Amino acid sequence: MALSNRHLLGLDGVPAEDISKILDTAESLKTILSRPIPKVPTLRGITVVNLFFENSTRTRISFELAEKRLSADTVNFTSSGSSVKKGETLKDTVRNIEAMKIDMVVIRHASAGTPYFLTKCINSVIINAGDGRHEHPTQALLDMMTLREKWGTLKGKKVAIIGDIRHSRVAGSNMRGLVTMGAEVLVCGPRTLIPPGIEEMGVHVTYNLDEALAWADALNVLRIQLERQEKGLFPSIREYHAEYGITRERLKRFDKEIVIMHPGPINRGVEIDSDVADSDASIILEQVTNGVAVRMAVLVLLSGIDAAHES
Amino acid sequence: MNFAKTDNLLLAGGEIIDIKSGKHEKVDIVIQNGKIDKIGAIEKKGFNGQIIDASGCIITPGLMDMHVHLREPGREDKETIDSGCAAATAGGFTAVACMPNTTPVCDTQEVVRFIKKKAEKLLVDVFPVAAITKGRQGKEITEMAELIREGAVAFSDDGSPVADTAVMRNAMDYVKMFDVPIIDHCEDPFLAQGGHMNEGVMSTKLGMQGIPNAAESLQIERDIQLSRLTGARVHIAHLSVREGVELIRRAKDEGLPITAEVAPHHLMFSDQDLVNYDTHLKMNPPLRTPEDIAALEKGIKEGVIDVFASDHAPHTIEEKDVEFDAAPFGILGLETMLAIILKQIVNRNIISLHQALEKLTIAPRRILNLPLPEVKEGYEANLTLINLNEMWTYDVSNSRSKSRNAPYNGMTFQGKAVGVFNRGLFESNFSQ
Ligand SMILES: [Zn+2]
Repeated sequence: MALSNRHLLGLDGVPAEDISKILDTAESLKTILSRPIPKVPTLRGITVVNLFFENSTRTRISFELAEKRLSADTVNFTSSGSSVKKGETLKDTVRNIEAMKIDMVVIRHASAGTPYFLTKCINSVIINAGDGRHEHPTQALLDMMTLREKWGTLKGKKVAIIGDIRHSRVAGSNMRGLVTMGAEVLVCGPRTLIPPGIEEMGVHVTYNLDEALAWADALNVLRIQLERQEKGLFPSIREYHAEYGITRERLKRFDKEIVIMHPGPINRGVEIDSDVADSDASIILEQVTNGVAVRMAVLVLLSGIDAAHES
Repeated sequence: MNFAKTDNLLLAGGEIIDIKSGKHEKVDIVIQNGKIDKIGAIEKKGFNGQIIDASGCIITPGLMDMHVHLREPGREDKETIDSGCAAATAGGFTAVACMPNTTPVCDTQEVVRFIKKKAEKLLVDVFPVAAITKGRQGKEITEMAELIREGAVAFSDDGSPVADTAVMRNAMDYVKMFDVPIIDHCEDPFLAQGGHMNEGVMSTKLGMQGIPNAAESLQIERDIQLSRLTGARVHIAHLSVREGVELIRRAKDEGLPITAEVAPHHLMFSDQDLVNYDTHLKMNPPLRTPEDIAALEKGIKEGVIDVFASDHAPHTIEEKDVEFDAAPFGILGLETMLAIILKQIVNRNIISLHQALEKLTIAPRRILNLPLPEVKEGYEANLTLINLNEMWTYDVSNSRSKSRNAPYNGMTFQGKAVGVFNRGLFESNFSQ
């Protein structure tokens, strides 16, 4: 078996060797993406179902491209309504789909723990594409891949995650993965958006953006959702931008290059200004490219197919 | 279900345990026509009737669970009065108080009468708790005088809090006239909104919206202040937070008429057990932290907590076999409560056996102003036989409940109720 677990439910408890193996595999698969015909037969005969119970065009397209580049057969199931609504249960849905003889399921769902629940319902390999505010492991893997490309290593590097930590599965997986790989992590945002006891996950906490900027080698700037303001978690977009927005003026106070990341989609002028997002220090588009490579790596490593004979 | 009549019966070789002193006394008991006729050394040879061998068993007044959900009327697919009472007898209970969150809500005399009627021929005494507010909507108080007349023993909107403090104040003022308690499910609905588990490190790790301790302790404090204002008796249901233990301790020290219960699952599990998103560990109030469990144990030891009550809450397999967020709150409890209290409380020397039995027999009846059963000549035979040494494994597939939502499946316990006697009926050596 290529990895120590047959599913990718999150990065919680995933050992450093597994993460390194995924990132190494992704780096070698990435070369395929720049070929004239960016397609290999590695997963021919493997059927992957993308089960998206939440809207997410980007992640779904990224997975779908990764599957197609590897010649897997792919099917998409998209349902924006929650399964709480009367109708077929999630368990019935996935069991019916599995009865059509599939191999792997990529799932995005609004409820934390749903990928784990699926492992109890069906035998297919489960890949978590985001569960509630819990984890989004492939996003963290692509973030780590992009940083490792930039720096050569993650060890001892300082990554600050800025914004709505509380509702962020991106933060959930990044914290775990980066700490495992020997990086230091700091989370920064208004106190209402930092969940209780987060220090126990091995990260530093600050509510002061300048402190975070002074400390960090890289920023992972999270998307701020307008509904958080409506729920009273911060007073206004204006104040959020003034306190936590990543602007050129703010960065200029520090005499160093800070790498800029964002999982997308960007609210330009809210959590980050355009001139920062599009600056030389930004690796945001590299993240998107690496997203496909990382997902290819995860699919190959969990498919049970020995990739060494192919490609 | 078939019960044998308790007539012309000799209960031989058991030990009566005195709830007050804890004194054991090995005796034989003759039951005639549902009544304890004679206690002492009875010659078996000359006895002309059925003899039950109670040797190795203790005999206590019948156990009572003052917080169960029997689901009838309305959700007979989850439980009925009949199946819930069958589970109760298997757990050793001769009395239950059932919560009013049925469909229709138990907020009229008709529903109280319906429940009493359904339970009429059962071994278990079923005492309906009626709603505080009509439809459990938290707005207008129910016809309390009439409901009491029909047989309601307490008032609760359990399942929901009464959010409006003025409504709760009126309910307490009104109910004070009858010396009947308010049983409150304490939860600040604004603070708890959207929560599925305890708020803390574990909810952060699992990525779930939490329910902070303060959501519970705020309403406990509010109820204590309203009790001070109105003089009404208030019973705090399923206490789960350490702050609540302290608040109730101080209220009792002050002499306020506050009582409290704790549920066995809050003593057995903590939020750390939720790592696998097991919906059988989802209940409200949620499983708290090990520090809260320690505080509850201290509260039990120091007499702050009066009663053990199961919050038996049946849900169908289909309802629980879903994503964690989508699952309803609540688990089964009647068949396992005694064993869990023995395991977590008595065997760990938090309190003694007879102190624990007091919280399972006399204390709930005292709170609800019910007659207190005693193992004495001339009294009704309202008894539970417990074998403290019997090792048994809980198999939920054999549960007498219509539901299967118990986290205890496959667990082995020591100590089991092996017989119940009440209302002229008895059942012994239960097969689950
Ligand atoms: Zn309740």
